[in-house]
Amino acid sequence: MIEVKNLHKSFSDAHILKGITTTFENGKTSLVIGQSGSGKTVFLKCLLGLFHPEEGVISYDGKIYSELNSNEKRNLRSEMGMVFQGSALFDSMTILENVMFPLRMFTKQSKSEMEDRADFVLKRVNLANAHKKMPSEASGGMQKRVAIARAIVNKPKYLFCDEPNSGLDPKTAIVIDNLIQEITDEYNITTVINSHDMNSVMEIGEKIVFLKDGIKAWEGSKETIFKTDNEVVTDFVYSSELFKKVRQMYLEERQ
Amino acid sequence: MTYLHNIGAYFIMIKDMFRKPTKWSVMRTLIFKDIDDLIIGSLGIVAFISFFVGGVVTIQTALNITNPLIPKYLVGFATRQSVILEFAPTFISIIMAGKVGSFITSSIGTMRVTEQIDALEVMGINAINYLVFPKFVALMLYPFVISIAMFLGILGGMAACIYGGFSTLEDYIIGIQMDFIPFHITYAFIKTFVFAFFLATVPSFHGYFMKGGALEVGKASTTAFVWTSVVIILSNYILTQMLLSS
Repeated sequence: MIEVKNLHKSFSDAHILKGITTTFENGKTSLVIGQSGSGKTVFLKCLLGLFHPEEGVISYDGKIYSELNSNEKRNLRSEMGMVFQGSALFDSMTILENVMFPLRMFTKQSKSEMEDRADFVLKRVNLANAHKKMPSEASGGMQKRVAIARAIVNKPKYLFCDEPNSGLDPKTAIVIDNLIQEITDEYNITTVINSHDMNSVMEIGEKIVFLKDGIKAWEGSKETIFKTDNEVVTDFVYSSELFKKVRQMYLEERQ
Repeated sequence: MTYLHNIGAYFIMIKDMFRKPTKWSVMRTLIFKDIDDLIIGSLGIVAFISFFVGGVVTIQTALNITNPLIPKYLVGFATRQSVILEFAPTFISIIMAGKVGSFITSSIGTMRVTEQIDALEVMGINAINYLVFPKFVALMLYPFVISIAMFLGILGGMAACIYGGFSTLEDYIIGIQMDFIPFHITYAFIKTFVFAFFLATVPSFHGYFMKGGALEVGKASTTAFVWTSVVIILSNYILTQMLLSS
């Protein structure tokens, strides 16, 4: 479980995160949603330890990140998997080498053991025949799946995804969402996803944290987000015509 | 103020380059790859430039010796001195700042832009050690490139001298053997090691700490070339003052 208490982060004069408190439970897919510029990526990078907050506490299964020494931080980071918005695959490596990379860095497995494990996770993300391709030869959806495979290959306890389906067509986006959900259930990991895609919210949002201008404006689940009267949330959720119509139908049915 | 900040950040990067080393089996592969990219990949252009510039140095020297009392073997002597003392270590290093330096900055800068460096850091890897240290080790073989430049520069001078009819082969060979001071070779290689260090670290610094997108990668490469050249020229002056003027 990841617990966040009173998190503050600023850059020069800009106060980006203003006292966020929330928890992300094991075996659940949690979504951090909000408009562009609401502080989602900064929040995620604070969770990953890439940004150091000025104030607040982040703890991973009871271990407070800021109190860990550099070796403990390194060990904790090796338990994290991250899927970046642009996939962030290493250009100079094949898809198989990309997936094997965390194993090469953090385990003492033999080459054949690493290849077997990488092969297994590549099959798990439905990429059984792409081992020798370079990332530049793979489509956007394939790159995202390779990034997921690389993130889970070392059996992480925490999985973070920054807009995993941005730039993908709706069908591929659903495949990616479902894949993340299945992996979260299968390995009982704590998954935190940054998104502003309402389809993802409806598909996999077991817990939703809504950020607005660096403040946690709302917290709930995919079942409750469509029933809330919180204006900030409804403004965001019903900004799409499709959701506006669904909402209208729901309200008419209720009357 | 920004300059002071950057100088401080550069030295912190140098310190971080030696901290938390990457697993040796991975590092070994990276070092071999960088030797191939930075050293072997530069041999062609270095050989080409050295041979022809050596030739030009010889022609210029020969054409400027108009006094019949000055012996012809001075052409070989002047070529050897110019090539060993300045042309091979310094001139080639400036060219390498453009070739190798821009390659290092753009490859690391692109990794920054595409979040590949963030991916390394998230995994708990010391990204500076992973990216910069293999380049530093690879460029410790840079004196090998400079040895080839010295040899080919003198050889090019010899070819130009003989085929241009400026002096005989015997005179040229007497010239390149005349008053040879072995310390000049030591001086050239000391300079080369220092330049190799700057060639590895200054472009890496500009790539690693760049911000922005593709356009900024290009700008960072240009800035890296300018600063690497400045540092090489300044250190050349300081080292020459320290090692030769006594």
